[in-house]
Order: sequence, then C-alpha cells, then structure tokens
Amino acid sequence: MARVSRKNGNKNKLKGRCSVPLVGLGDQQLLYEEEEVSIDRVEEDIISSEEDEVEHERKRQKLLEGISTLGGKRKRAQGERSEAAVHMSEFSVNTDGGPGKVKLSDLIGSLEKSPAVPAKSRQQLKNLQRIKKTINSPLSKEETERIQRDMAFQKAASEVSRWDSIITQNQRAEQLLFPLSQEPAGPRPVERLVAGWNVQTPLEQEIFALLSANKQPFTDPILTPAEEASVRAMSLEEAKIRRAELQKARALQSYYEAKARRDRKIKSKKYHKVQIKAKRKEFLKHFEQMAKTDPAAALQELNKMELARMQERMSLKHQNSSKWAKSKAIMAKYDEEARKAMQQQLEMNRQLTQKLVTPLNDDYEQEEGDAGETDLLLDFVNDAVDGRDASNPWMKGKLTEEPTQKQLNDMTTEAAQVVSTVAAEEEELEAEETEEEALLREFDSNRRLHQAQESDIAGGVFLEEMTEDRAAAEDSEASDCLSEFTITSRGREKSFKDTEVFNCADFTDGSAQLDERLVRIRTVEDLELLHHDSSAEPRHPPTAKDPPSEEKHMGKSKKKKGIELKEVLTKETNVIKVPLTPTVTDSDDAESKLDQRELIKEAFAGDDVISSFLKDKRRQEDEGKPKVIDLTLPGWGEWGGMGLKPPKRKRKRFRVKSAPPPPRKDQHLPSVIISEKRNTSLSLHQVHSLPFPFEDHGQFESCIRSPLGRTWNTEETVKKWCHQTPEFGSPSWGPSLVPWLRRNC
Amino acid sequence: MKVQVLSRNPDDYVRETKHDIQRVPRNYDPSLHPFEVSREYTRALNATKLERVFAKPFLASLDGHRDGVNCLAKHTRSLSTLLSGSCDGEVKVWNLTKHECVRTLQAHGGFVRGMVVRYCGNSFFTIGDDKTIKQWKMEAPGYGEEEEPLNTILGKTVFTGLDHHQKKGVFATCGQQVDIWDEQRSTPIRSFTWGVDSFSSVRFNPVETELLGSCASDRSIVLYDMRESTPLKKVIMTMRTNTLCWNPMEAYCFTCANEDYNLYTYDMRHLEKPIKVHMDHVSAVLDVDYSPTGQEFVSASFDKTIRIFSKDDGHSREVYHTKRMQHVICIKWSADNKYILSGSDEMNIRLWKANAAEKLGVLAPREREVVNYSQKLKEKFQHHPQIRRIARHRHLPKNIYHQKNELRIMKEARRRKEMNVRKHSKPGSVPVVSEKEKHVVSVVK
Repeated sequence: MARVSRKNGNKNKLKGRCSVPLVGLGDQQLLYEEEEVSIDRVEEDIISSEEDEVEHERKRQKLLEGISTLGGKRKRAQGERSEAAVHMSEFSVNTDGGPGKVKLSDLIGSLEKSPAVPAKSRQQLKNLQRIKKTINSPLSKEETERIQRDMAFQKAASEVSRWDSIITQNQRAEQLLFPLSQEPAGPRPVERLVAGWNVQTPLEQEIFALLSANKQPFTDPILTPAEEASVRAMSLEEAKIRRAELQKARALQSYYEAKARRDRKIKSKKYHKVQIKAKRKEFLKHFEQMAKTDPAAALQELNKMELARMQERMSLKHQNSSKWAKSKAIMAKYDEEARKAMQQQLEMNRQLTQKLVTPLNDDYEQEEGDAGETDLLLDFVNDAVDGRDASNPWMKGKLTEEPTQKQLNDMTTEAAQVVSTVAAEEEELEAEETEEEALLREFDSNRRLHQAQESDIAGGVFLEEMTEDRAAAEDSEASDCLSEFTITSRGREKSFKDTEVFNCADFTDGSAQLDERLVRIRTVEDLELLHHDSSAEPRHPPTAKDPPSEEKHMGKSKKKKGIELKEVLTKETNVIKVPLTPTVTDSDDAESKLDQRELIKEAFAGDDVISSFLKDKRRQEDEGKPKVIDLTLPGWGEWGGMGLKPPKRKRKRFRVKSAPPPPRKDQHLPSVIISEKRNTSLSLHQVHSLPFPFEDHGQFESCIRSPLGRTWNTEETVKKWCHQTPEFGSPSWGPSLVPWLRRNC
Repeated sequence: MKVQVLSRNPDDYVRETKHDIQRVPRNYDPSLHPFEVSREYTRALNATKLERVFAKPFLASLDGHRDGVNCLAKHTRSLSTLLSGSCDGEVKVWNLTKHECVRTLQAHGGFVRGMVVRYCGNSFFTIGDDKTIKQWKMEAPGYGEEEEPLNTILGKTVFTGLDHHQKKGVFATCGQQVDIWDEQRSTPIRSFTWGVDSFSSVRFNPVETELLGSCASDRSIVLYDMRESTPLKKVIMTMRTNTLCWNPMEAYCFTCANEDYNLYTYDMRHLEKPIKVHMDHVSAVLDVDYSPTGQEFVSASFDKTIRIFSKDDGHSREVYHTKRMQHVICIKWSADNKYILSGSDEMNIRLWKANAAEKLGVLAPREREVVNYSQKLKEKFQHHPQIRRIARHRHLPKNIYHQKNELRIMKEARRRKEMNVRKHSKPGSVPVVSEKEKHVVSVVK
C-alpha cells in the first residue's frame, strides 16, 4: 500500500505543479493505480529512496509524453520490442521496459570489442546502422493473391503444354490402337501376381499376421516400409532443385511487388510525363505497324483515341480555365517561365484535341490518288489499243469514265465504222458471216446501252460474262468422262461479310448437322420413300445463304434489261481467278484498281474475243446436230474385187438419218452458249460444293476415283486401307487407358 | 510334232484347306474396270441404308430405384459393374451383363449427390445431402454383417460434387468451397475459395492428375492445382455451367455442359474463347462424359434426349430418346467405348450402344472386314447428297422437333436484327462478335 500511497503523493505533487486538470492523463493514472494495487499488495514495507527517485523521474517522463500527445490525435501504441529494464525489481515485473528504446548499437556494442568478429560483418553492421529507412509494408492481400494465382497458372499451363506434341501426333495418326501402350509381354513380376492373391488357409493367415506384425513386406517383397520411406524421401539433388524453384518463385514475386510499388510511389511529375510520352511514342509506332497488319484493330484504337479527344474537349482540362492557369495568366506578363508553362499547357491542349489524320486515312487517300492515276493510264492504254484492233469493241472500252454525250456519239459513228470494216475484212468468208455482222452490231448496240446506263460497271461485268462463256464452252468439251461424280464448281456470289461470319459460326458446322425429322425409319422401303421425298425437292443449301444471292440477282436483272446470263446458263462454270473490275464500286478495294492495267492486258492477250466466241458457238451447234450414220458394208451380198463400190441404192438404204434434235435453247441468244450436254437428273446425285478437307477439285475427284474394294485392289492394300478408327483392342480402365500419358507414377 | 499345251500351276488356283476362300485370280488393270466408281457408290448407298435400318441403340433399362437417379459411377476395374445413387439416398450396384441389381444400400438421408469409385476398385465414396462423406467397401457384406461404411466424415456444409484422384488416396469435394481431402484425415488438407459460395461439380484431370476444374453458381468455371494454395484462373460465362469433363486424351481440353443449351470445349490455357461450341440441345445440358478415346463425348439434357458429339464438331452426330425417358440427369460412357449409360428422372438407368448400328458380340474376321469396308465406303461417299441425306436422317419426338424449329427461328431473327442494326449504324460501331466469343463474359486472373 505504501507504493500506492506514494503514487498518490506523486499525483498530488503533479497536481500542485500544473494546476491544469489533466483529464486524459488522470484516467491513465487511475487505471495504472488499479493494476498496481492488484499486483503489489505484498511488498508494502520495501521502499528504497533510490527507487523512489527513479520512479519519480519516470513519472515525469510519462507526464511530458502525455502532454505532448494531448494536442494531436491519440496515436495507436506501436508494437515495440524492447529489452528488459535496466533496473529490474526482483519482486515485480516491470511493464514499461527501460528508460528508452533499444537501439541496434546497444545490441552490437559488445561485438565491436570482441576480436572474434570479422571485419566484413562489422562493416555490414555499420551500414545497417546508417540506414534509417523503415521496411516497406507488404502489398495488399488481393494483389498478392492475384500475383500468386497468375504465377501458379503460368506454371500449370506450361506443364500442360508439354503434351502438345503427343496430342498433335495422335490427332494426325491414321489409326489409334487402344490401349495405347500395352503391357509388355512375358512373365510379370512376382509382386504384381501376389497383389491379387488372398490369404485363405489358417496357416497362411498366421504367417501373414506375423509378417504384418513385424512390418515385413509381403505384397512387395523387395522393400520394407522403412526402406520405402527412405526411397520416397527427397534426395539431396531434388531438395536442391526444389529449393531453387522456391527461391526463384519468391524472387519473382518480390520483383513483381517491388515493381508495382515503385511505380506507384514515384511522385516526380517529370518522370510520369516522360513515361507517358514514351508510352505514347511506343503506341504510335505500334499503331503504325498495326495499321499495316491488322486494320480492324487499328480502327478500334483509332476510335479510342477519338474518344479520348472528345473527353479532353469536354473536360477542358488543359484549357486556361483552371485555377492554376488563371494564376499563371496573371503572372505571365512579368514572368518568363510562367509564360512558357502556359504555352506548354496550351500546346498540350492543342495536341490532345487535334483531330487525328490517321495513317489509315492517308493510305486511303493515297490509294485513291493511285487509282486516279491508273485511270488516266488506262485511258491512254485504251486509246492506243483503239487503233490497233478496230474490230474488237471491247478493246476501246472506257472502263471507269462516264461517257459524255459527245463521246457516245463518237461511239456510234465508230461502231458503224467497225461494222463496215468487219464486213470488208471478212469478205472471203461465206454468206453466213452476214449473220455475224448482225450479231456484232447487236453487241455494239448492247454495249452502248450499257455505257449509257452505268458508268464503269458494265465493261467489267460483260468481260466477266464473256470469259465465263468461254470457260463454259471449254468445260463442256472437256468434261465427259466421270461426269456423274465429278463435282461441279459453282462460282458463288460474294455475299455480305456478316452473313459470312454467321455462316462460319453456323453453317460450316451445318454441313455436319443431323437432319432431324418426325419420320421414323424401320425398313429399307422407308428409306426409299425418304429418298424420293428428297429427290422431289432437292435440299437447298441453307436458307440463310440464299437471300443475299437472290437480292443480287434481282439487282442485276434490274440493271440489265437484256438476258440474264446466270438464269440462262445452267451449266456451272469455272471461276477464273482473274481480279476484274469490281461489279460493285468498292472504294476500299484499291488493289483491284491497281491491277486493272495488267488485267486488261491479260484479258485481251492479243485475240479477237468475239469472233472466237462465235466460232465456238458454231462448233457447238455442229456437234449437237445429228450425224448421218453410214451402215453400208462394202462387199456384202456382192461379188468382191478391187475398187468395189456399193451401189447407190444400197448406200441410200443403209444410211440412217436420225431425227433432228429439239431446237437449241440458245438459238435466239447471240451472246450465249448453252450446253445441251448437261443431264439434270444427275445433278441430284452430284456433289455441288467442295467438301471441307479437300483443297481443290482434282484432289476430291481423284479420291473418289480410286476404288477401295478388293475387286480392284490387292488384299494387302485393302487391309491397309480398311481398318477401324479408332480400334479398341481391349477394354480400358479409366486412367490406365493413358499409361503413356503418366510420367511420374 | 511338238504339241504345246496350256499348263497352270495348281498353287495359283487351289486352296490349301477347304476353310480357305476360293482363290480367284484377278486382273487389277484399271482399264478393265470402267464402272468401279458407280459400283462402289451403289455399295455405299446400300451400306448407308442398312446402317439406318439396323440403328437400334437402346439395349436395356435397369429399373429398381424408387426415386430419380441422381448420379452414376463407373467401376474402375470391372466393366460389368455400375453404381448408381438416387434422390432418396439409396445406392445400387448393378451387374450390367445380367441387367440386375446385385446390392442395395441406404447411404444417405437425402439425395446422393455424388459418387466415385476409388482407383483401386476396392471401395467407393458417396456424398449426400446429410453433409457426410462416406466410404464403402465394394464387396457386399457377408451374411449377418451390417451394411456399414468403412469411414464417415461429417462435414460442416452440404457437399454437391465429388471426384477421386487417379492414383493417390486423395479426393476432392465441392459445396461452399472446393476441398481436397486425404483419405486418412477427417479434415480437408486444402480448401479453395474465391468469392463464390456454391459449386456444382468438381473434376480431376485424368492426365495431369493434380489439376482440377469446378463449376460455380456465379456462372464461372474455376481451375485449380492441387499443389498450389490458390486457384489458377476462372472464366465467367453468360449462363451457369452444370458439369465439366476433361478430355482423357488431351491434357488441356475440357468440355462443359451449360444451362444455355450448349456445350463448350475449352483449352485451359486460353480461356478467353472456347475452342468449339456444341449446339443442338433444346434445353439445359445437365451432364457430359467423354469416351475413353477422347474423340467423342455424350451429353445428357433436360430436354429428355442424349446426344453424342464429336469433339471437333459443332453439331451432334447422334440423338437418342425414348418415349418414357424423362429429364436425363447423369450420363456415363463405358470404359470399353461401346456403351452409354444414362440415369434419368423417372428412376431408370438405360443402357445404349455408342454406335447405334453396331453389331454386338464377337465378329468373325470376315464379318469384321465387311464392316470395315462398308465403313470406309460410307466415309468416302459421305459428301454425296443422297447418301448424306439418308445417313443424317433421325427421328425426333414432336415437341423437341418443334422446339428446335422455334429456336432456329429465334436465332435467325436475332441475327437478322443484328445485321440490320449494323447496316444502319456507323460502320464499325456494331462489331461482329463470333458465336464463340459471345458466351464468355470475362476471364479473371
């Protein structure tokens, strides 16, 4: 109690000294008192004057501290490690520690004296003393976790990627035999045999009980549990590797953390400015590249930039309306630097709000310019051609220019000239050729009509038609063998981009789609019915594909009043991969424009298109005409001899004239050859589009043409070709199906 | 006078035993066989027709449960054993060859949520609505013995999914979090949480055996590595995923069954976009299982059908249904690649053939050859329209057929609208989003 009373005395003294009531402090003191009371009740009589003084000093210190903390917020008590107090009471535990904080120097003071400590560590300690920084606080929990997750994922992904080669190899393999790796033939190790064997007789049971009691192995007679454990324990190397791995991971993590922290902490505006500038530069470089390689992404970036610009304009961030800017504006009159700063600011604003003239646009404009040039060139070319071959109206087409009225008039006169020249040139030809002239005239008039109707499209379209016709003619000549199973190529209309995308998503798969109906099949007859159903109305390719092409058809037929080629020409044509003038003016499609010159050259590689076409047509007609079959057998029923000729009567009698064929479909169509050879009933059985894995028609045809059966192939080849895929040799047990996949069993 | 006679070596035309095929000398000169293509075409057509006529996939129905079948488990060592758990907590062990139940045990109080056979095949685990994990012996108890679990673990929360490690005594459960358990301990050795509170299924990767995948109720699929302390990554989709199944042949691929009627095959390294979207179901897909060859998988749906997909195809190769089969809840592909097992709401387990027209039983070698040859022929001529028409014909129940049409129309309308919007707005402002990208909301690192 003595202590308590002493304290009370102290307090009174304090109160005496500073008559200000110290509320907070008083509370503390009170608390303190209670503690003391509970602890120190025993030591009543022991009071030493020294101790009293020390106590006094401490109280004073505490008071001062209390006063100093009064003004600000109450600080949270920091967890502090301290040595035991210098003056220790052997009777009580002193909670306040010593008079001051323990410093590093206190701890290592003895080190410096002892000679055993090497100089190096002494130096290190000194350095440590000099450093006064506090340790960084760790990153937030979320951030740490994210870093950890990311690292773990990368590790797992790289681990999994090791299967890549095996998986692709399996995918490409012609045949997989399961299970993929069979157990090696031959005697199996004893331990595996024993594993499946159960103890039955009492003797065996006893033996096994003994064995198990002594921890002796009986399933695996090679290793005892202790041995196994030692085997299982990590070897030194493994442990080292593991440690290295862990170290690396830790280092990486700390690196990430440090980087994140550094970036966050840097206050220097200049640094950030430089950083931003560098970033922008980098971005621009990247963007330029992107504009070349991936215009879609570049466009997106562009949009982003545009958005940023708009935001800048909206916010007026770098305008002279901010507080700072206003103050600078006042200062600017007198201060050079302020003026500079303002100018910089305004410059920044200008930069940010400037509408970008993108490299994309530049390209575009440039291309347009190029196109214009080529146009000019084109005209020039055409003019030159004009004089060379007057009989060919295609050669002097002004493809991209809209013909003025004057030009049109020129054209008509020219055409008349052409006709006359043609007539003059082909005088040696027979009277039928007059027909040709008429045709030519028709062509010409057609052409003029076209030119009047549409400016630049007509030439291209017509050209296309012509080439298609020729291709068709050639095709019909060439393809007669194997016509049933060859596929007929179909020049698909270029459909809208988005429909294509949709098709990609849906109908590429659509080819593999089941045809689910409400009809159930039970017998072959049902199948026949099904068959007929389908043959009655052949399935169109997916409906979604149709409308655009139909629309296009409509558009075309509107454009041209004449006969629509696609409707009349039922024979499928080969697509000739020559870039033509686009039928739809597409300003983006600059490449085709660039190529136009070569294209024209290629198209009219020094030949007379029309006359050759007409010849073709005549030949086709001739081929279609029935031929007289002469069945006379010279010498039959007559006396033989040299120079024998069957009599006229017999010749007449044995000549068979077949009935004339039905009139040709194209007899009234001057610019068209319609092949009569096509058998429509076959088209139901033909493949109309190139199936997926094949890249060209030849491949597919050859695939179909090579037979598989043993009627046409040797036994060996048939065996090689006709195997099951994948073959399943014996049942597999879940994971053991892939023993080749298990590495670390 | 010298007389020349034709002489032939009898080795060329006489067979060695009467069991051999008659030797037929052939001239393989292609010019002598002008009609080979048309002959093979006819053969292919006939083979296709016969295939459709013989396509009878349904084999048997195992009936005996008194409530809907909620989970199935394949035996890891025996082909003929199947385990099934029902919604009343009953587990049945079936002998598939005899089509009969060999053992019944009351495992849990509520649903049997999940079941898995240990890799050794000696015991199996079940989880139930009563918050317990129980380990059972595979052998039936002897006469007079009580049916008791080897081990019971009481959990704090309900478990919803269960899977066992391929070769270690470790299993994983999911519920409020994904837990990894050691068989010897009663507390999980590791538990993963990542802001989600309910998972519906968890599966171990059969190849990279330390990896796991789980489906959560916040529409996400989360990947884990058993060795790490944190999850790896998650992808959030537009709708919830019910189950997922890893491809047993491709370590990084898994397929997940989604509520939006589709299945998605992902490469775990690139979760931003599935490799393939498999569509055809007309209602939520509830379960999926891979064939042991990893080439195909089978899915069970709420629309009362089972569909078989090739892993590279967007549409199904086969659809199975019967009049009486209700919502199919669980599905398994047998380990010999021949059968499919489905458990459905109406208390039956059904056994199907994986290839509908396949002949069962042992085939004579010549029979096998014929089958292989016709298979090749069908493959060769599969693109010809008449053959394709027959090969793809399937019967569908009326309501599913109409639902399918309806869905198609809806989809088409949506597409058209999008096209129109695109057409009438600033170019580039309505980007074209592919079907694959459409269903992924985000990937969280």
